[in-house]
Amino acid sequence: MAKIELTRIPFIKNALKSRYPQLAVFIVMLVGYIFAILAGLIGTPVGSHNFSIVFVWIAWWAILILVAVPFFGRGWCAVCPIPLPGEWLQRGAVLSPPDKKPKWLNLRWPKFLRNIWLQNISFLLLALFSSVLLTTPNITGIVLAAMLFAAIGLSTIFERRAFCRYLCPVGGFIGLYSQTAPIELRIKDKQVCVKCEGKPCYNGSANGYGCPWDVFPGGLSKNTHCGLCMECIRTCPHDNIAINLRPFSADLAKPSTRMDEAFKAFIMLGSAMIYAGVLLGPWGILKDAAYNVGTNAWFIYAFIFLAIIFVILPGFFTLGILKTKGTLPLKQRFASLATALIPLGLMFWVAFSLSFVLTNASYIIAALSDPLGLGWNLFGTANAVWQPMLTSVLAPAQTLALVGGLIWSARTAQKAANEIKASSTPVIVFCFITTLVMLWLLL
Amino acid sequence: MNPRFTLLLLVMAGLVVAFAPLPVRPITPQERTFRIEAGQFAYSPYELKVNPGDTVNIQLVSTDVVHGLYMDGYDISIQADPGQTKTLSFVADKPGSFRFRCNVTCGAMHPFMIGKLNVGSNHWLFRSIGLALLAVVGVIISIKQKT
Repeated sequence: MAKIELTRIPFIKNALKSRYPQLAVFIVMLVGYIFAILAGLIGTPVGSHNFSIVFVWIAWWAILILVAVPFFGRGWCAVCPIPLPGEWLQRGAVLSPPDKKPKWLNLRWPKFLRNIWLQNISFLLLALFSSVLLTTPNITGIVLAAMLFAAIGLSTIFERRAFCRYLCPVGGFIGLYSQTAPIELRIKDKQVCVKCEGKPCYNGSANGYGCPWDVFPGGLSKNTHCGLCMECIRTCPHDNIAINLRPFSADLAKPSTRMDEAFKAFIMLGSAMIYAGVLLGPWGILKDAAYNVGTNAWFIYAFIFLAIIFVILPGFFTLGILKTKGTLPLKQRFASLATALIPLGLMFWVAFSLSFVLTNASYIIAALSDPLGLGWNLFGTANAVWQPMLTSVLAPAQTLALVGGLIWSARTAQKAANEIKASSTPVIVFCFITTLVMLWLLL
Repeated sequence: MNPRFTLLLLVMAGLVVAFAPLPVRPITPQERTFRIEAGQFAYSPYELKVNPGDTVNIQLVSTDVVHGLYMDGYDISIQADPGQTKTLSFVADKPGSFRFRCNVTCGAMHPFMIGKLNVGSNHWLFRSIGLALLAVVGVIISIKQKT
């Protein structure tokens, strides 16, 4: 399938070039985000009746993992409100043309941290406390506020969106999975970029800011670090930036050899499997261990969680590929072939989230009318009864997601293996076994 | 073999694995009674097994706060106050594996208080495993055809 340039459609191009549509969405998101923080801190402690839990972990999560990431890649990052206050402070402006004189420290991000290891760690920190985070409004409020203040703090110290690029626990996995999305921002003609003076897409101009994600669009070959902020569309003087529709997982044709990204794939795959067992399984002992933070049981849970992600899954994977011959050393073969786990992990999360979201979506209706759990009834739906939705199609939908993910991953493994001239069979077997485990956990 | 023909064969095999009726062993329906203790945030026992057609009586006993039991697929529910026993009776006429869940907000981990009812064997799980196996076979065949 050839690429289709969406920015050739005048309506889309104008909407993306203008700052106002994006600003309008940003403001709505920011208001919602701040309200979620307040609801978490001052609303009812009952999670299923608090806006912060219901709208963040059910509504937002459903939109993110079932729609935004699979179909729009970093589409969520394009409207995420977390970097906004820090960015406005950093620029000293909301919409005005950029001032060349830096207002804060404006340091470069340290070279040794220019990877996604910090995002891996920040995700794991949240993941280990997720049972508390997902169910306790004030903890959700505190974490949301901490992310906002961390983004503000980093904006005053470092240039551009350091928080989004290097620390955001959500941005890390969105970046990884955005490679599978059927949408991309790319340049149209490389030679135009080569000849372009001043590189306003990266350095900024009177028309807009230099890439907030510290990416030179002329060198973009993957979605991973492009936050779809659209600044380069505004600043490019040669109209050389396009938003394209493309086949799914186009970025995975050239596998990465980075260990931080390979381990991100394992972290996400393993987390989905662990959550499926702990949160959706019938074993109370696991739920107790995950929830009672600081107890011996929780430390054992945390140890096993990390062992599955960093030892057991990568260990079996490495054992599988150990004997395969390839053109690359084992470490790079490991990273390249781990590319196959990206679609599998995404579909594991889709299957897990389908169950979680469909079962709890009816809380949204009640929380709309009484977002703080204070007895309000704004839209007359506060007393809506909890009712799981579409449970009859849940199992087939999960099978479809998991088996579809397996096929997708096996095809990706084949392509990655061809690139490095290695066998894809061990990777396909690994994907098959993990899929069986996930099927057993969910069905 | 022509790749399109192989794909057609695999799709047809997939449809058979997913939807072909399975032979049913005739079993005389029985009345089965289970006493389930519900406490934050688990059921004990957490898994029930019955045969299709059985009449199921679930005696729900809450050991701490108010708990409930909602049966996916059957759309029936019950709630029990602490120390009380409430009984839910139904005919297990839908085969498969069903989750049952607490339907009274009972604490932080309430949304994850889940048990499992198996009516007959979990055919869908086995069908799904069959589909996964078929998928792998299909991909391996396509790799072989390309090389």
